[in-house]
Amino acid sequence: MNTMNLSLALPEIFVAFMACLILVVDLFLSTRQRIFIYFLAQVTLIGAAVLTVQGMTSNSVTVFSGMFIHDAMSDILKLAIYLIVFIVFAYSRDYIRERNMFRGEFFVLALFAMTGMMVMISAAHLLSLYMGLELLSLCLYAMVALQRDSGKATEAAMKYFVLGAIASGLLLYGMSMLYGVTGDLSIVAVKQKIATMSPDDIILIFGLVFIVAALAFKLGVVPFHMWVPDVYHGAPTAVALFVSTAPKVAGFAIFMRLLVGGLIDMSPSWQDMLIVLAILSMGIGNLVAIAQTNIKRMLAYSGIAHMGFFLLGILSVSKTGYTASMFYILVYAFMTLGAFGMVILMSRHGFEAENIEDFKGLNQRNSWYALLMLLLMISMAGVPPTLGFYAKLMVIQSVIDTGMVWLAVVSVLFAVIGAFYYLRIIKLMYFDDAKDHSPIHASMDMRILISFNALILIAGVLYKPFIDSFVGICKVAIAGLS
Amino acid sequence: MMSFQHIVFFAFSAILVFAATMVVTIRNPVKAALYLVLSFFTAAALWILLQAEFLAIILVLVYVGAVMVLFLFVVMMLDVNLARLREGFGEYLAIGLLVAVLLLLEMILILSSGDFGTAHMTAPAALAADESNTRALGILLYTDYLYTFEIAGLVLLVAIVAAIALAMRKRKDTKFQDPSKQVRVNRDDRVRIVKMKSGK
Repeated sequence: MNTMNLSLALPEIFVAFMACLILVVDLFLSTRQRIFIYFLAQVTLIGAAVLTVQGMTSNSVTVFSGMFIHDAMSDILKLAIYLIVFIVFAYSRDYIRERNMFRGEFFVLALFAMTGMMVMISAAHLLSLYMGLELLSLCLYAMVALQRDSGKATEAAMKYFVLGAIASGLLLYGMSMLYGVTGDLSIVAVKQKIATMSPDDIILIFGLVFIVAALAFKLGVVPFHMWVPDVYHGAPTAVALFVSTAPKVAGFAIFMRLLVGGLIDMSPSWQDMLIVLAILSMGIGNLVAIAQTNIKRMLAYSGIAHMGFFLLGILSVSKTGYTASMFYILVYAFMTLGAFGMVILMSRHGFEAENIEDFKGLNQRNSWYALLMLLLMISMAGVPPTLGFYAKLMVIQSVIDTGMVWLAVVSVLFAVIGAFYYLRIIKLMYFDDAKDHSPIHASMDMRILISFNALILIAGVLYKPFIDSFVGICKVAIAGLS
Repeated sequence: MMSFQHIVFFAFSAILVFAATMVVTIRNPVKAALYLVLSFFTAAALWILLQAEFLAIILVLVYVGAVMVLFLFVVMMLDVNLARLREGFGEYLAIGLLVAVLLLLEMILILSSGDFGTAHMTAPAALAADESNTRALGILLYTDYLYTFEIAGLVLLVAIVAAIALAMRKRKDTKFQDPSKQVRVNRDDRVRIVKMKSGK
């Protein structure tokens, strides 16, 4: 029963089943009972986490005719994604209810998107990797357009869909070239075949270019970043919160599975490509973010810059580098959750806190929320002692270890430039007078979660065992890779 | 020396290439759809030549029989304004050509690299007369590729959910049928007997 071990894919099966169940249950609920859907979705995430923890192993097992891999990294990333989606649902609940989006589809599509991410994380075959990516992307396109009467959301969804379809095409084209040369779709077999070939083989290089371009697009890296600001800006904030966090973690997984797992013998080629992408992302992301007046667009460009930093770890082509990247992407996800959570918190019925101006004088209105936003911003800027600083330190350290000191200098310079727009928000909150004095309402669970979300960024560093075990977990995940 | 198989192959290939070219060049969308039917049909004939009868029959039944008929209906009902679709064609022609030429060059580079060609592929052994195509496909789909097959199912489900979530609207004046009301109807609801004086 080695090829058909269903129990290893139990979390995926459970999530897909529960998503179908929610789809049906939703039909029989009235608008007032619909809150039940929310609890069902959260129970799904908790159930999936329990199943994943029960099935944890330290050795890697491949099932389903070599399509599905189960190892330490897949368990840890899946658990991280459950937690992220759990927080996304909790932050979004009141927001989508006030905007008539509280429908079963929001949760169903998010859960299916999560299934897609889980498939990507456990992909050991080019085909399953692609199918997982498509399942994820299709759900995201629909979620961006979910607010049907908003012209901005529809436009963003259309752009996202067209560009996303092209990126999927590029990925398939690249994969078809790999298949043409190696004659196999299984990532392990591709790796073994490439080891016997010259890494300068023209078809391999072409295939690699297409694959790197497609991955860069999906992650939102310059020069494939054009969709990111439009989608974050146009989509309802709850959807932007989802799009900007969990899929990035899955993006890390496909970088690891495909570039590191399958194309490691071509690392000199993709290292050069990633260096260019990383410098462009850090540069353009940080510079253009300064010019933004809309906080969602600013966070989008800040996200692009963060993806540049994230690539620094991968392009170090070392286990410490991968560990640093994994740490970075998880910290990034939690910082972004907090930042978009604050945008949701400031919005209320009929009012979207979209502009940076809306944060003016937040300290006078509510000093606790201002403090939380301060923590989030300094962590994103990478000011010590925060997790954001620690994450940047780790990736830059890994770059220096490989001897590319110039790249480390460039990235620090861009980080300093980037600090400007984070500090501007802090200045607006503490030194300007509030124009809008309406009280900020939030449910108890949202207040607790967002406080926890922001405080962990600083408490995590001050409390040494936490950060040690966090880094330790990333190390275990990377060490488990073959 | 050309065998009978070669002649059949080249004849069908020529028709296929011709039909495919017509699909993209002809102006009338209905005719384009009909040429697409022709190209599917000839492709099915080529598959039969490759001993893939099951796939060939499915192609004719599903694509020619169902999908293309639906396509024709849509083309006829939507009354697509082609003049508007062609707007801006010249504007993007230059960049389109550039991309096309680049892709063509890449393909030439790849195909001329010597990694492809009949030398790298051993000819498959002839199949036995009772070889079951259906069985082979079944094993591939439901055993070897079961996992991705199931995910493909999920992708289709998401497509349905997304299409309904985005496109279905309930308006007050939407016309729809309610079968339970239809079967419960009785004569008095529908027929009104009017007594009229007979005229002379």
